[in-house]
Amino acid sequence: MSPAAFFVVAALAVTSALGVVLNRNPVHAACALVAHLFLLAVFFVGLDAQLVGVLQVIVYAGAVVVLFLFVIMLLNLQAEVRSTAGPALVFAAAAGVVTFAVLIVAALRGRTAGADAALGTGYGETRELARVLFTRYALPFELTSLLLLVAIVGAVVLARKKG
Amino acid sequence: MDLAIVAGKAIFVLLLMLQVMGLGVFFERKVSALIQDRIGANRASILGFAGLGLINTLVADPVKFLLKEDIVPAGADRVLHFLAPCLAVIPLLVTFAVVPFGDVLTLGDRVINLQAAELNAGLLYVLAMASLGVYGVIIAGWASNNRWSLMGGVRGSAQMISYEIAMGLALVGAVLTYETLDLQTIARAQGELIGGWLPAWGILYQPLGFVIFAVAGIAESKRIPFDLPESESELVAGYFTEYSGSKHLMFMMADFVEVVLVAALVTSLFFGGWQVPWLARDGFHFPWGATVALSSPVVAVLQVTAFALKLIFFTWLQIVVRWTLPRFRYDQLMKLGWKGLLPLSLVNVVVTALVILLWGKAGA
Repeated sequence: MSPAAFFVVAALAVTSALGVVLNRNPVHAACALVAHLFLLAVFFVGLDAQLVGVLQVIVYAGAVVVLFLFVIMLLNLQAEVRSTAGPALVFAAAAGVVTFAVLIVAALRGRTAGADAALGTGYGETRELARVLFTRYALPFELTSLLLLVAIVGAVVLARKKG
Repeated sequence: MDLAIVAGKAIFVLLLMLQVMGLGVFFERKVSALIQDRIGANRASILGFAGLGLINTLVADPVKFLLKEDIVPAGADRVLHFLAPCLAVIPLLVTFAVVPFGDVLTLGDRVINLQAAELNAGLLYVLAMASLGVYGVIIAGWASNNRWSLMGGVRGSAQMISYEIAMGLALVGAVLTYETLDLQTIARAQGELIGGWLPAWGILYQPLGFVIFAVAGIAESKRIPFDLPESESELVAGYFTEYSGSKHLMFMMADFVEVVLVAALVTSLFFGGWQVPWLARDGFHFPWGATVALSSPVVAVLQVTAFALKLIFFTWLQIVVRWTLPRFRYDQLMKLGWKGLLPLSLVNVVVTALVILLWGKAGA
């Protein structure tokens, strides 16, 4: 990804991320979230990780946020009245600033490491990623699927109780 | 020069698809008239001239749509109301980038792959764009500030998400068979011959996959018998009730583009894509031994024509289906998706995987 393209996409991504946080209307916030997730996928494609980029769109932009929108619409949420600054807001802001500072420091420190490392053949390709996923990382992969299964069963149990 | 070639391919595939879409509208008018035993639209008068019958109507329709007043209902979310039709059309149009419309065109030293974008994750890209298509529906439903629209939007998004799963799993069988996600590679693999004479089109290896994909594809395009999101007898026009003029036209266009897209994917995956039986890069090789040598441009033209004809056929087929079947009830729709197609597609995956494991790859 050329620096010019990076800065354009980065500016858009930051803008949409701010849109998620600052919008009072929950539907607008969710739409900004879709835009942001899509732009993240653009970064992945720029980093030669086409598969991850596409999966990002399928899973997050295409499924997760649709469910967000669904819930927002079914609950008929109105535009939120801004909450006054309380201790929770101060704490959240402090946590955000600290995390941001840590990330900046980490990024500056690691900026030269592996910057020019050559990509292996098939890097980011579906076949290579699948091979690694099903051999070296097979256990974490299966454990994650177990986690999702637990979530599904939990949802079914919760839905059953009422009926 | 390379950039010009890429742009040329993109424009070509866009125009090809839009032409077929126009033919789809023609079929919609004429086939429906045939099926319902009437003549069909035949008397639009353009400046007092109505001599061409249906052709006049096809010209008059878009002009009328473009010139009509654009109405935004009171209390609607103006920004999202404007964005929704764009979100409905754009993901569909960009999907055609990965659909191959021919093999290669050799011009001098240059070998041009007749596919607008070569993506490593081609089929997943198709699914990603299909999953983005939901936003046009759900946002249109919400932004219109109308209960019918909202009902349509919620129905539409639930339906599209449900059938996307079966659609994706139906593709897994094809991916297992061809060991690739690239539609061009899949189309090339279908040029092989079984027993020296039968073209190895995908439908022979994946008959069940084809049925599931076609049904889920029609459900994705939200047309009868799956048109609950817009069902005019219940919801006026569903999620696009509150759209007029060119925005309404964009939703109609999204409808027909999706029909063409399903036709293009069915063609590429299950009916050989651009393959003409026994036509290789250097000409025909008939199974009885005769050969006809052809130059590369001629072969390319034949392949693109074959692809277009298959595309038109499957567009026509979907429109016949639309005018033949009644609409599902919502519970039937969900039952078919989750209890019918989903288990069937899982069976398809398991059986395909077993066959490949026990008897080796299909093509080999």
